[in-house]
Amino acid sequence: MTQLVTGKKTRFATAWLGGCSGCHMSLLDLDERLIELFQAADLLYSPIADIKEFPRQVDVTLVEGAVANVDHLELARQIRERSHIVVSFGDCAVTGNVTSLRNRLEVDDLLSMVYREGPGREPRGREGDGILPALIPRVLPLHQVIAVDAFIPGCPPDPDTIWEAVSALLHGAPVRLKQEMRYFG
Amino acid sequence: MSVVTLHINDELVSARSDQKLLEVIREQGIDIPTLCHLEGVSDLGGCRLCLVEVQGSSKLLAACVTPVQEGMSVYTHSERLVRYRRMILELLLSERTHTCAVCVTNGHCELQYEAAELGVDHVRYEYLAPQLHLDASHARFTLDHNRCILCQRCVRVCDEVEGAHTLDIMGRGANGRVITGLNRPWGECVSCTSCGKCVQVCPTGALFFKGSSVGEMEKRHAFLSWILNGRERKEWQW
Repeated sequence: MTQLVTGKKTRFATAWLGGCSGCHMSLLDLDERLIELFQAADLLYSPIADIKEFPRQVDVTLVEGAVANVDHLELARQIRERSHIVVSFGDCAVTGNVTSLRNRLEVDDLLSMVYREGPGREPRGREGDGILPALIPRVLPLHQVIAVDAFIPGCPPDPDTIWEAVSALLHGAPVRLKQEMRYFG
Repeated sequence: MSVVTLHINDELVSARSDQKLLEVIREQGIDIPTLCHLEGVSDLGGCRLCLVEVQGSSKLLAACVTPVQEGMSVYTHSERLVRYRRMILELLLSERTHTCAVCVTNGHCELQYEAAELGVDHVRYEYLAPQLHLDASHARFTLDHNRCILCQRCVRVCDEVEGAHTLDIMGRGANGRVITGLNRPWGECVSCTSCGKCVQVCPTGALFFKGSSVGEMEKRHAFLSWILNGRERKEWQW
């Protein structure tokens, strides 16, 4: 499935669920290693590429962010169906992290506190309008929604950690991070 | 003091008869994880990370509270122990809301360190996300129950070293809470001397100096041996 094994480029994707995009910023911090990455892989879907639908037969997908709303649920399931290897990319995907801090509140109370009773005018579009995706009752780490094959902890993961994991995946090897690359936070 | 001989991981070892297994294991240079153990205060076998297998016992025993015995055979890193230690760490992480990324001790936390050490790259259990409060009534310190692992180091150091016994535990199991002054706001406790020993020995971000931001709270334990050596042996190493 990888270039080294089959001679073909790895079909690579990244996705962004409930997170701050910091993990993608850290991915871009691979700097010149990005050239090496895209010599070995084709980027088929990513928040940094304008592609509307998650493609089929992806080899490796990195998923940033926790599962916080119905759109995330749908995309996560689609990713699992269409990817050979799914990687939880960063603490929000791995643990729920900051995104899941709202889990101690009821969704309706949360929306009231943050939006309905917040300063200024109430934003247009309620969940019932179908404009905003409805929040699920509890924010979940990715592996509690779909099966996940590898985990890259960190908030965000250090570029060296990302490279360690991604280069292993490009070689068709399992992700085995060293202790100093396994820290949450 | 008599001497006993025992086997640790099939190596013959001698120990003083009043020693606990944990001390002897560590003397052999064997790295065994602990969170509730703290040099200088009594042991309680609370965190269960130092569990070992002792031949002839069907139960796993906490090395910190198990006395050495002549002829015992101990295993410290069997496949089962490594698996259980990881499970224990995951259960600790799932029981409350640790969220390392926004913690005052991020990067200096013993729980975070042990998780990485034991290979915990995700938690297989459901996060309980309990509704716990934060006591910021004290002028200098804050107690955040969300990050407490109930190791009771703070309770023991306050009682055994400071002699104030302001801190204690209320409730059982996952419902246990560190309390101050028989469950009054910390700031109202007349017994608290504001010495800060509890803050320094806390392995996580549950106790911290007010005003600390993410990653700013570093704990130091060195004062403990300094105080105890002085008090008990009249050895003052300035």
